[in-house]
Amino acid sequence: MTAPLLDVRGLKVQFGGHTAAVRGASLSLRKGETHCLVGESGCGKSVTALAVMGLLARGARRQAEVLSFAGQDLRNLSEGRMSRLRGDRMAMIFQEPMTSLNPAYTVGSQMTEVLRRHRGTPRAQAVDRAAELLGRVGITAPGMRLGQFPHQLSGGLRQRVMIAMALMCEPELLVADEPTTALDVTVQAQILRLLAALQRELGLGILLITHDLGIVARIADRVSVMYAGEVVESAPTAQLFAAPRHPYTRGLLSCVPVPGKVRRDEPLGSIPGVVPRLPPGFQGCAFRDRCPHAAPACAGPVPRQPAGPEHEFLCTLPPDWVRRAEAA
Amino acid sequence: MTRFLLRRLAVALLVAMTVLTLSFMLTRLSGDLAISIAGPNATQEDVELIRRAYGLDRPLTVQYFDWIGRAVLGDFGTSYFFRERVSTLIGSRLPITLTLGLVGLGIALVVAIPLGIIAAVREGSWVDRAVMLVALVGQAMPSFWLGLLLMVVLGLQLQWLPISGTGSWEHFVMPGIVLAFSAIPALMRLTRSGMVEALASDYIRTARAKGLTRLSILAKHALRNAAIPVVSIAAVQLGFMLGGSIVIETVFALHGVGFLAWESISKNDFPVVQAVVLVLALIYIGLTLLADLLNAVLDPRLRA
Ligand SMILES: Nc1ncnc2c1ncn2[C@@H]1O[C@H](COP(=O)(O)OP(=O)(O)O)[C@@H](O)[C@H]1O
Ligand SMILES: [Mg+2]
Repeated sequence: MTAPLLDVRGLKVQFGGHTAAVRGASLSLRKGETHCLVGESGCGKSVTALAVMGLLARGARRQAEVLSFAGQDLRNLSEGRMSRLRGDRMAMIFQEPMTSLNPAYTVGSQMTEVLRRHRGTPRAQAVDRAAELLGRVGITAPGMRLGQFPHQLSGGLRQRVMIAMALMCEPELLVADEPTTALDVTVQAQILRLLAALQRELGLGILLITHDLGIVARIADRVSVMYAGEVVESAPTAQLFAAPRHPYTRGLLSCVPVPGKVRRDEPLGSIPGVVPRLPPGFQGCAFRDRCPHAAPACAGPVPRQPAGPEHEFLCTLPPDWVRRAEAA
Repeated sequence: MTRFLLRRLAVALLVAMTVLTLSFMLTRLSGDLAISIAGPNATQEDVELIRRAYGLDRPLTVQYFDWIGRAVLGDFGTSYFFRERVSTLIGSRLPITLTLGLVGLGIALVVAIPLGIIAAVREGSWVDRAVMLVALVGQAMPSFWLGLLLMVVLGLQLQWLPISGTGSWEHFVMPGIVLAFSAIPALMRLTRSGMVEALASDYIRTARAKGLTRLSILAKHALRNAAIPVVSIAAVQLGFMLGGSIVIETVFALHGVGFLAWESISKNDFPVVQAVVLVLALIYIGLTLLADLLNAVLDPRLRA
């Protein structure tokens, strides 16, 4: 087994001591792998991604047992060293293509400054590279687009620009936080095909945050399911869809049992109740209030259990509980 | 872009025409001009003579178009007191007032923008609170009082700067500081709130995700957007400063158009007062137009 490109263990993020947004999340991503992070809204996916990138808002406290990228410990890296990694070796795109580009500068100016910052590439060469990447992400007439301002582009085009901009320095990791949620359906499909193609061609590791199980089934190598600030289950995609162990995962998947036959746009959250906001120091399983299998033991320590090769889940139920329940 | 500019230009022309008309009407409606020109000891014949000499016996509309026609060509008549063409008089005083205004605005920007940026970057910290307190105190301080205070301290006690007159650049420093003080609070607040908003925006998160340096994030990405409202207000503030120069130039005996206006008001020199008001109003209109232009340069969305 090769060392992971991104390794996160026991990640905790708190805002102002009241909210524990992430409570010991763990995930790891191999070189060139597409890893999907799923879960209902508000369960800490974005905060996890921002914590990895070192982009948390001021006032947020980040702790981790392990937080490493390409073998480098990110935990105590200075902001200056971290900023040299960001945009160069690890890049991120966001959910809001309409507001993520600076309205005051042209597409070309915003794209080229990444190369100029990290590589000191002369302007002319950086412009060539930007045009090449715009072409690569399926934008026609790149030369014309480079001179345009963001407000002259549609949402889909802006997200393509964001992707192209993220690729300027050929990063090893692309973190994409719900990159298609704000776009309309046909554009969503195009952007996803694009990400999948780029991942294959460039050997890019992608951490893709999404609501959409259809996306997961089609492009993920591996899935981590997040609930209330924890990764409650993680498995290779086929394995997760075939044999989910955590009751929360099963709830999410209940209407979409088979990979490949998944309907697109299937919303998550067909489980009654909402994700709780937990204070720091919360004990036990966070899902127990909504869980059909909740037992007194769920208020105590919750073990992380193996359920197959590279398949883990966080629950007090035994790994073979599903089979036993079905037999009974 | 051209359509935006043409629209702005049309509006400016309309406002200028209104100002011209208003300043004509103000002098005609504030009583019989011939009587006030003739003075309290004049006989009825004197008044009639003056009425004919100044063309005040003609119908109002004729007077109006005659006046407009001359004003557009820069002919505001002759000063009663200085016995000089009003245009010459203003031409010689205006550079002093404009210099004062620009010095004031320059000082204000140099102080307000960095302080606003620092307050925004350290939002909520003691630095932020201290800066905002200074802004509050500055806003509450009357400018003539600050002027006198500076005169006493910098002029009389320390003797660093001359307290009155127009001779050298040093004469502009103290009045410039006083004018700047009136503009600093608004400019600082606006810089701060613009920067706070910009720094919380998605495109700044993108800039950070790109690994840009702190300097580039602040100066290139945030300030550029925060500056858009600041530029508009700076132009408006310069207009206020030129208006406020009447007080400041009088306090510091600086012989600009403000001082001229004060002299003329106290001597009932109507043509001069009228022309000063008009010129300051036109400059103000010009500044507003300039602000729109600069906004269009800074904000590409306005150029559509
Ligand atoms: N800057 C912040 N300050 C305070 N709380 C925050 C902040 N950002 C996120 N949170 C909280 O952290 C939790 C997780 O949010 P998020 O990661 O955005 O969820 P999602 O899984 O939908 O991406 C939410 O309860 C949210 O309210
Ligand atoms: Mg989110």
